[in-house]
Amino acid sequence: MATDYRVPVEPEMETLDINVNVGPQHPATHGVFRMILTVDGELVKDLDPVIGYMHRGNEKLPENCDYRQAIGYHDRTDYLAQFNTEHCFVQAVEKLGNLPVPERAEYIRVILAEMNRMSSHLMFLGAFGTDIGLFGTSFMYAFRDRETIQDFFEEITGERMMYNYFRPGGVAWDVPENFEARCEQVLAKVKRGLEDIDGLMMENEVVLARCRGLSTVSPEDAINWGLSGPMLRATGLAHDLRRAEPYSIYDRFEFDIPTGRQGDVYDRIVVRLEEMKQSVRIVEQALEQMPDGPIMAEGMKRILRVPAGEIYMRVESPRGEYGVYVVSNGSDKPYRHKVRGASFSNLSALRAMSVGRYVADVILILGSIDIVLCEVDR
Amino acid sequence: MIAGNAWVDALVRMGIIGALVPVSVIVLTWVERKVIGRMQMRLGPMRVGPYGTLQGFADTIKLLTKEDVRPQTADRWTFELAPFVIVVPTLMALVSLPFTADLFVRNLTLGLFYIVAVSGLSIVGFVMAGWGSDNKYALIGGIRAAAQLISYEIPLVMAVLAIAMIGQTLNLSEIVAKQHNVPYIAYQPLTFIIFTIAGLAELYRQPFDIPVAESEVVGGPFVEYSGIRWSMFQLGEFVNLVLISILGSLIFLGGWRWPIGGDAPVIAQFALMFVKASVFILFFMWMRASLPRLRIDQLMAYCWQLLLPFAFLQIVINGLVLVYDWPSVLLTVFSTIAAAAAIWLTYRVAQQSGVRYQPGFDRVGSVL
Repeated sequence: MATDYRVPVEPEMETLDINVNVGPQHPATHGVFRMILTVDGELVKDLDPVIGYMHRGNEKLPENCDYRQAIGYHDRTDYLAQFNTEHCFVQAVEKLGNLPVPERAEYIRVILAEMNRMSSHLMFLGAFGTDIGLFGTSFMYAFRDRETIQDFFEEITGERMMYNYFRPGGVAWDVPENFEARCEQVLAKVKRGLEDIDGLMMENEVVLARCRGLSTVSPEDAINWGLSGPMLRATGLAHDLRRAEPYSIYDRFEFDIPTGRQGDVYDRIVVRLEEMKQSVRIVEQALEQMPDGPIMAEGMKRILRVPAGEIYMRVESPRGEYGVYVVSNGSDKPYRHKVRGASFSNLSALRAMSVGRYVADVILILGSIDIVLCEVDR
Repeated sequence: MIAGNAWVDALVRMGIIGALVPVSVIVLTWVERKVIGRMQMRLGPMRVGPYGTLQGFADTIKLLTKEDVRPQTADRWTFELAPFVIVVPTLMALVSLPFTADLFVRNLTLGLFYIVAVSGLSIVGFVMAGWGSDNKYALIGGIRAAAQLISYEIPLVMAVLAIAMIGQTLNLSEIVAKQHNVPYIAYQPLTFIIFTIAGLAELYRQPFDIPVAESEVVGGPFVEYSGIRWSMFQLGEFVNLVLISILGSLIFLGGWRWPIGGDAPVIAQFALMFVKASVFILFFMWMRASLPRLRIDQLMAYCWQLLLPFAFLQIVINGLVLVYDWPSVLLTVFSTIAAAAAIWLTYRVAQQSGVRYQPGFDRVGSVL
């Protein structure tokens, strides 16, 4: 029997760690995410994330729908980047079925996807402002511009949230006649609004003091954890699927990939802010190049059957790599349908980034991951 | 003297202030929502009454008629007494606070000391609320409140002490009278800055709303309270806001004296005080709408490492000038230099923690 030779120390006062349950209904969890914090005073000693409150079978349900019906489930998977997710699934079906896509439809898709990226990042900036304690000012600033984008989307698709607009082989219907003029209006507003948010948050000493150097992530760790999107680019790796494997027509546009230097929370905000500016550039170029023509491929069948086979298609969604794995057995329904959500992988790094930090920091780290719980739980 | 008998006189005066305070709180909640609404490109309350002016009254009625819920596991007396422990000291402090040359309950010789001493008591209420709620958020919030409020009490007291040294009195009316020509902010810019920051922290408003941080501890000590008890916390917060604002305008901005002199009619004096206090209140609201929250360790470090040493420095400066009878313009000079140093140090700390740099832009593409 091993003997403990250490002199027993009688502590004068015993302190206990307490477990604090944050979520699933808490202002800072951005949805129904729950984390059980073990705190020693203000220091977080352990963090136990609990997910699954939002599970709705978004991967299984499309296996009972035909390929066009399944698009709607991708709106609901990442409800802040609906066009990006639709884009992913639609391209997967097109590649599997060898369907041609008209030029005009491609341009409409890219424009909408990039605008969706802006609106998603605006949502992030607004929500992050409330996380850091900005009493709703950043939220209102961001939502002013997000509303203009939402209104624009509503004019095109008739929906504010679940657009269901892309189709295999094109888009559901043509855009309104004033599309380009409205697009430029929205871009002008967003550009001005970005400067407002930039001035409100980014140079603020409190924001700098809170976010600089918080939860720095090295590029190696980022790759090992499977981080993607702004979380990965904040570490300094310029990995963007729009550039790495240009899908759709992204190879025709000139844009930069903003990267951070140390992968801290501040870098993640800066990367997202700069990404929005790049999205503006892409939309402007796309508007210039956009041709007239059909918006749906010729000879699309009423019931879409794709040949047997399997495909993994991935796109750069605002949160990172959003992937769809589709197996077809030749019928009108996917045989297997699997989603790779960027939020899930990014969230998996939360514990490693948070332990040893202050409670207030954990809220910021969680906010900076920019999770969408629907995408995590699916 | 309003009435002949001294007791009746005091009661009448307390009645006036006791009636004014809740009304001013109701109005202030409306003003705050409107002001912050404007800053956030919103309208603020618009539905109840013209421009939402009756919103505060509607909210009050709602809060008064709401069920007073107490968690089953709460420590009953601690829980139920905590709102009173917070509200009563702030109302007690109003007793010796002169609003104009005539409008006060009792002009105490030790008025400044009394106000600082009494308003410090309400910290106990936060700890009681945090402990008695039997809620972990409330507990964390209560302990945060204790740490923050006690820490910032010290620079606040030091700032007040520096003013008392200059004024050579603790009587607020006399302090105001001595600012007949020059308000003390001209002599004591550093003290003014310390007082404003520490006062902001005492009010636990942004950027110092750590005890009640909405995104972290969801309202902190108040999380389990509802209805009338919650509104008492709100009352205490806004009375404190008025208290700090009036105190600041009395001891720094020359109260009702500067620049209209002591012989002006009561209405003019009151209007002057109203304007000066409003400047403070609007400043606090502006800060609330535009600044994010600090972290608790940064907050404490700022208090103990920067505010407190500079408060002591100001007292040393005042002592030297008073003991050697140097001209009072030297006070201005020294205090301004020290204030500049304090501001520079504040910014340097923020800059050290990190500067903004341009993000890298990559045109090549993936490195994976």
